[in-house]
Amino acid sequence: MELKMFILVLGLLVGSGSPDIGPNQGKCSDSLDPGPQNQGNHTLTPHSKKNFPVLSFGYDHVRLPFEISLWVLLASLMKLGFHMMPRLSSIVPESCLLIVVGLLVGGLMKLVAEVPPVLESKIFFLYLLPPIILDAGYFMPIRQFTENLGTILMFAVVGTLWNAFFVGGLLYGVCQFEGHRLVNVDLLSCLLFGSIISAVDPVAVLAVFEEIHINELLHILVFGESLLNDAVTVVLYHLFEEFSSVGTITVMDVFLGVVCFLVVSLGGIVVGAIYGLLAAFTSRFTSHTRVIEPLFVFVYSYMAYLSAEVFHLSGIMALIACGAVTRPYVEANISHKSHTTIKYFLKMWSSVSETLIFIFLGVSTVAGPHEWNWIFVVATLILCLVARVLGVVGLTFVINKFRIVKLTSKDQFIIAYGGLRGAIAFSLVYLLNTDHFPKRNMFLTAIITVIFFTVFVQGMTIRPLVDLLAVKKKQETKRSINEEIHTQFLDHLLTGIEGICGHYGHHHWKDKLNRFNKKYVKKCLIAGERSKEPQLIAFYHKMEMKQAIELVESGGGSKLPSAVPSTVSMQNIQPKKPPQDRALPQLSKAREEEIRKILRTNLQKTRQRLRSYNRHTLIADPYEDGWNEILIKRKRMMELEKKISQMNNYLTVPAPAPDSPTIARARLASDPQAWGLKSLTESIPTIKVDLASPQSPESFNMVDEIGKKGSQPKVSEEEDGLTMKVPSTTKLRKDKTANEDDDKEPQQRLMRCLSDPGPAGEEDDEDEPFLH
Amino acid sequence: MGLEQNYVSLEQISLLHNRFKQLSQNEETLRRDDLKTIQDLESNPIRSQIIEAFFDSRNFQKDGVGSVEEIGFEEFLTVMSYFRAPPQHITEEQREKIRRSKLRFLFNMHDTDNDGTITLEEYRHVVEELLSRSGALGRETAKGIADAAMLEVASISVGPMAPDDFYEGITFEHFLKILNGVEIETNMHIRFLNMDATVLCK
Repeated sequence: MELKMFILVLGLLVGSGSPDIGPNQGKCSDSLDPGPQNQGNHTLTPHSKKNFPVLSFGYDHVRLPFEISLWVLLASLMKLGFHMMPRLSSIVPESCLLIVVGLLVGGLMKLVAEVPPVLESKIFFLYLLPPIILDAGYFMPIRQFTENLGTILMFAVVGTLWNAFFVGGLLYGVCQFEGHRLVNVDLLSCLLFGSIISAVDPVAVLAVFEEIHINELLHILVFGESLLNDAVTVVLYHLFEEFSSVGTITVMDVFLGVVCFLVVSLGGIVVGAIYGLLAAFTSRFTSHTRVIEPLFVFVYSYMAYLSAEVFHLSGIMALIACGAVTRPYVEANISHKSHTTIKYFLKMWSSVSETLIFIFLGVSTVAGPHEWNWIFVVATLILCLVARVLGVVGLTFVINKFRIVKLTSKDQFIIAYGGLRGAIAFSLVYLLNTDHFPKRNMFLTAIITVIFFTVFVQGMTIRPLVDLLAVKKKQETKRSINEEIHTQFLDHLLTGIEGICGHYGHHHWKDKLNRFNKKYVKKCLIAGERSKEPQLIAFYHKMEMKQAIELVESGGGSKLPSAVPSTVSMQNIQPKKPPQDRALPQLSKAREEEIRKILRTNLQKTRQRLRSYNRHTLIADPYEDGWNEILIKRKRMMELEKKISQMNNYLTVPAPAPDSPTIARARLASDPQAWGLKSLTESIPTIKVDLASPQSPESFNMVDEIGKKGSQPKVSEEEDGLTMKVPSTTKLRKDKTANEDDDKEPQQRLMRCLSDPGPAGEEDDEDEPFLH
Repeated sequence: MGLEQNYVSLEQISLLHNRFKQLSQNEETLRRDDLKTIQDLESNPIRSQIIEAFFDSRNFQKDGVGSVEEIGFEEFLTVMSYFRAPPQHITEEQREKIRRSKLRFLFNMHDTDNDGTITLEEYRHVVEELLSRSGALGRETAKGIADAAMLEVASISVGPMAPDDFYEGITFEHFLKILNGVEIETNMHIRFLNMDATVLCK
C-alpha cells in the first residue's frame, strides 16, 4: 500500500541524509563515511602506483544542498501522501498531520542517536516565511481589505496590545503567587512572553482557513489581523527585550514605543511601496525579455523584505505592501505566461514553505530543550484563550458602532476561535538570549504547548463548528460582467450623490485616488496602450481571454464551455444587431450545419468559377491561384469604402435615432465598418462564424468568404455592407445622393469582376433571411 | 414611494435643507442647472444620469411618469433617502423591501423610456456613458461589452432560447436576479451621520 511505501521512503530519507541544518554539527559526517572500495587520493604511498579511482565518495562538499533537498523532498512527499488519504485529510487539517510527521521524524532521529535540527530562527525568518507572506500579499483582495481596514486595524493593534498586557500581567501575578520556582520571573519577562504569544500567526491561519472556505469577510478579518499585527509584535518584542536588560520602563520609553510603532509600520509600508513601484516600472520595459519577468517581481519583493528587516521595520508589512502595489501595474505589463508563472511559483513556494515549517515545528518539539512547569503552562493556555475571547467581544462592541455590516456573535466566535498561534511565536522565543531570560526553556515549552493546542484542537474542530453554526461559506460565483458594470455604476453614482450632498466622504476620496492613479501613475508604470484602458474594458478582455482559453481547452466548438451562455445567442437579444468582431464561435453543431448548407446553396451559383473549394472546412486556401488578384482588388475596395464612409457618416456610425426599419437595418449593416475592415485584413483564412440575426440579411461573415478563391454573390453584399447592402441599396437610393451611387458603381463593377452573378444573386435575399 | 423604510433623522434633514438652499440659491425649487453647477460632478462619467434621477417622477411619486423641470425640498429628500443605510434590527421581509426599492431606483436610472424594460439600446447607452471618458477605444468596446452583458442576463433569466425567440429586454425581476450577488442594501448608502455642514463643496 502507498502508506507502507511512504514509511519506507521516510526511513530511507532519514537514514541516508544527515539533516543537520541547525547549529549542531554533530558526528554526522563520520557516520556517513563508509569505506569505499577506493579511498580518496589523500594517502599516496610512494612505492606502489595506486589504481585510478573509478568511483569515490565525497559527501562533504554537497552536504548542505543535499540535506536541504532531502528535507524539501520529504515535505513534498508528505503532502502528496496526505492527499492520497482523503478520509484523513477531511477530518484533520494538513498542519496537524505535518506536525505529527515532524514529531515522528524527530523521534526517529533521536532513536538513531542523531541530533535533530531545530527550526533556526534565521532560516525561518529569511527563507521560510517570505514566500508565504508574498503569496498572501500578492493575491490579497484589495477591495475587501480596504473596506474593512478600520476593523482589521482595530483587531490587529488594539487587540494584540490587549492580549499582550493581559496575558503578561496576569502571568506575572500567577508567578508571584505560585511559589518558589517561578517567583524570580520578573514583570518584563512576562510581558515579553505575553507579547510574543499574543500575536495571531498568519501561517497557521492560512493553513486552517484555506481548507474551511469560510466567507470572505471573516477570512479577510482574521487574515488581515494576522498580517498587520506583525508591527505590534516587532515593536513590543524589541521594546521589552531592550528594557529587560535595563530593568525599568519610564513614561518616556512608552511614548517612544508608540512613536516606534508608527515608524515600524508606516516605514515598512513605505519601503514595500517603493520597491513595488520600482518593480512595476521595471516591468514596463520587459516586453522583449519576457522570460525573466517573474524574476523581477520575486526579487524586488524579497529585497523589500530584507531592506525592511535591515532597519528593524516590519518586514511582513513591507512584503504585503510591495505585493499589493506591484500587482495591478505588473499584470497590465507582463505576458499571460509570466502571469501564470508568477502565480504558480508563488503558490508552490508558499506551499513548500508552509509544509517545512510545520514539519520542523514537530521536529523541534522533540529536539528542543524543555522545562515543563505545570502551572505556568496551564496558566498560559487558559489566559491566552480568555484574553482572546474578551478582546474580540469588547472590540466588536466598539467596532459595530461604526460598521454598516455589523459583526454578529457567530462572526465574533469564529474570529476568536480562529486566533491560532504558530511558528512565528516559536521562532521569536527561540531567539531569546538565555542570559537575559533564564526561563527561556520554560517559555519555549509553554509556547509549544499553546501552539499545539491551537493548531490541533482549534484547527481540527473549527470545521465541524463552522458547519454546526451554519456560518456563511465562500460563494464560488464568478464575477460576471453585469456585476462589474453595475458595481462601477454604483461607485460613480455614490460619488456623484456625495458631491450633490456636499459631503466629502469615503467615495469621494476613493474616486480622487482612482483619477490620480489613472492620470499620472498608470501612465508611468504601464507600457503602451494599456495605460489608458479603463477598468471595465480590462475586465472584459480578461473574461474574453478566459472564455477563449476554456474554449480551446474543451476541444473546439463542439463542446461549449460553461462560461459561455450556450443557450442564448446573439440573435435572441437583438434582431437588428450588427455583427461582432468576435472570433469566438458560439454556435451549436446544428447551427453550423445550417450555415454550411446555406452557404453551399449560395455558392453553387458560382461553382464553375471555383477551382478548388473544400466545403467541409470552409477554410480558404491562401495558396490558391489568383490570390494576389483578390488582395489587390480588396485593397481598392477598401479605399473606396473609406471614401464613401467619410461622405455619409450618418450611415456608418450607428446613431440611435428611430427610423424606418429598412433604414435602420441598412444603417446597422453599415456598422461592421470597423469590423469589416479589420476582418478583411486579418481573418483571411478563418471563418468567423458570427451570429447574425435572422432578419438581418447582411452577410456577417461572408466577408471571410472573400478570402476564398472566387467569390460568392454575398461578397458584394459584404463589401457594400460598408456603404449599403445591394438589396437595400434600392430602397436607400431615394435617400442617398447621386454622388454616392456613382461611387458605388465602380465598386459594383469590381464586384462583378469577381463574381458573375453579382446583383442577381441577391434577389432572394430580401425575401428569405440569410439565416433561418 | 416606500418612504417609511428609508427614513432620515431630523438632524440629517436640517443639514440637507441647508444644502438644498445653497444649491437652489435660496429659492424654493431646484432646477437641473443648479445641479450642473456642482464642480465635483464635472468629472463624473454618469453625471447627466444622476441629475436626471432627481427629476424623474418615478422616484418620488408612486406611479409617476416622466420627468419634471423643478423639484422641491420634499422630492430632494425623497431621492436622498434612497441612500440611507438600512437599520440594524430589521426582519428579512423589511430588508427585502429596502433592497427592492433601492434596486428600483437603479433600474429607473437605466430604463430611460419608462417602458419597464431595459432594452439593448438603453443598456448600451449605460455602458457607453461609463466608458465615455475613454475615447474611441471605449466606444467600440462598449457595444461588445453591452452585448455580452445582455447575453448573460438573457441566459440567466430565461435559459435556453430557440433561435427565433427574441429577448425583449431586462425586466425588473431579471434585474433583481442578476444583481443577486451584490449586497445593494448595504453598499448603496452614504454616511449621512458624518456629514459636516461646513465641509461643503462649492
